[in-house]
Amino acid sequence: MAFWILAVLAVASGIAVFVVDSMARATFALLASLIAVGATFLLIDLHYLGALIILMMIMEMLVMAVFMIMFMMNPAGLMPMSMLHNKTGAAVISAAVFALLVAGIFLTDWPDRKGAPPPDPTEALGMSIMGPKMLVMMVIGVAILATMISTVVLATRRGRYDA
Amino acid sequence: MGEVAGLMGGLGVLVAAVALSERNWAGVARGLVVQRRRTLLPDLLLIRLGVVTLPVVAVLAALVLPVGERAVLDLGVGIVWFNAMEVGAWAAVWLAGWGANSVFPLVGGYRFVAQGLAYELPHMFALITVALGAGSLRFGEVVAAQRGLWFVVWMPVAFLVYVISALAMAFWGPMGEPGGAGIAGGVTAELSGPDRLVFLAGRYALLVVAAAAAVPLFLGGGAGPWLPAWAWTAVKTVAVLALFAGIGRRVPAVRMDRFMTFAWMVLIPLSLLQLLVVGIVVM
Amino acid sequence: MTLEGFLLLAAALFAIGLYGALSQQSIVMLMMGLELMINGLIVAGGAFWYFVAPQTADGQVLVLVAVTVMALEMAMGFAVTTAIFRARDVDTTDGAEDLKG
Repeated sequence: MAFWILAVLAVASGIAVFVVDSMARATFALLASLIAVGATFLLIDLHYLGALIILMMIMEMLVMAVFMIMFMMNPAGLMPMSMLHNKTGAAVISAAVFALLVAGIFLTDWPDRKGAPPPDPTEALGMSIMGPKMLVMMVIGVAILATMISTVVLATRRGRYDA
Repeated sequence: MGEVAGLMGGLGVLVAAVALSERNWAGVARGLVVQRRRTLLPDLLLIRLGVVTLPVVAVLAALVLPVGERAVLDLGVGIVWFNAMEVGAWAAVWLAGWGANSVFPLVGGYRFVAQGLAYELPHMFALITVALGAGSLRFGEVVAAQRGLWFVVWMPVAFLVYVISALAMAFWGPMGEPGGAGIAGGVTAELSGPDRLVFLAGRYALLVVAAAAAVPLFLGGGAGPWLPAWAWTAVKTVAVLALFAGIGRRVPAVRMDRFMTFAWMVLIPLSLLQLLVVGIVVM
Repeated sequence: MTLEGFLLLAAALFAIGLYGALSQQSIVMLMMGLELMINGLIVAGGAFWYFVAPQTADGQVLVLVAVTVMALEMAMGFAVTTAIFRARDVDTTDGAEDLKG
């Protein structure tokens, strides 16, 4: 029951992102959707990932809000305007993708559950990324470093040798 | 039932705190009955959301803190939960600042986001240091790990960083510029009536919760002679709160751009160094 | 709470995000669509971990990677938008469809 409430909340606020006029409202609708997803994780024993999603997404969406308002010409949505292209095409494509996915979900014979969740899934995750899945962690680390460098290079106005 | 009574009592204390700091009981009474002032074209939904979110995240963060022996919600990842809830203050303050459609609250909201980006990383490293020292993210086990020696003794840098970030998170004292007098009250400038009361109560709740969290994190939780554990928790919380209040009265305001430089150039390297030391000791 | 329920949620979030990513002109709004799509992936990853293979942590690792990708996508997106905005004063995809420098 709790899951379905959260699911409806996540989908409804996901739709709201592209319906509301105000950029602040759109950002926080997206945040609501993300937090609802984080809360569903708390239901399936993934306490660490659930809390992590909530934590990261609040910070991320606050940064998002700052940039949204910086770049959009009408951030508060006080004068309704449309910033869309290819509306029908997008609606048709996404509806078709949704239909395909739903068909796949219900037609596929999903494998049975193997084993039970460990007593502490957080520990399992930690042991995994510090053990057999260490490569994933290392790639993530390098990717973050590369992103940091390239965002600074892209966003700065000055070149390498300017004052 | 006891929890509900405790919660109501807690909220009563917070309203009293608001009255004391505003030096005005009549102001509280007025806040409860007076009609709200409105700005032109406010985003009421977002204001209300921000105002209500602040006390809610404070209470949710408090759920995992052990009062004496046990917490209301004894979560295995208590420290991450605490951190996630307290970051909710970012959203609350920014929303309250944005929604008013007024200059000073907006400036205050942006100031808080800037301050948040400065304090959050050192704050997280301080929390990670504690978790590393205890070998667990559960508050109960963090307390148990301090039976021999309190973490404040051998993680002084982490404690210092925690105190600074706690002040910043509740925008109190030297870090109070998002709601500071220099911008006519910042985020609180256009809040009136019950909105103002709830928002300020939430802010004090956050300060109290930040002080209360320092007790299991660094000060040995409920450990102490003679008194029962819950009493020691309360005594230590009040002591940390007194420290916060003292800093708030004595230290001048800090500009967030300077705090940003300080946080990234000094606090982050220091807390990383502390993390390294604790890591070596634990190994 | 079934695997199908979670996957349905994931598919719905993915489709909404796809609609946004395809139909929005503004680069920042387009990124919100991408975030929603990754949000769907996260749900699916967590669901597969819990309902299919909870014994190994692979599903959790996938979620961790997806969350990181979300943050990196946003950082890169804003950097690119800032650079484009500096260079030619546009923030929409339609204004940046050629490769001219």
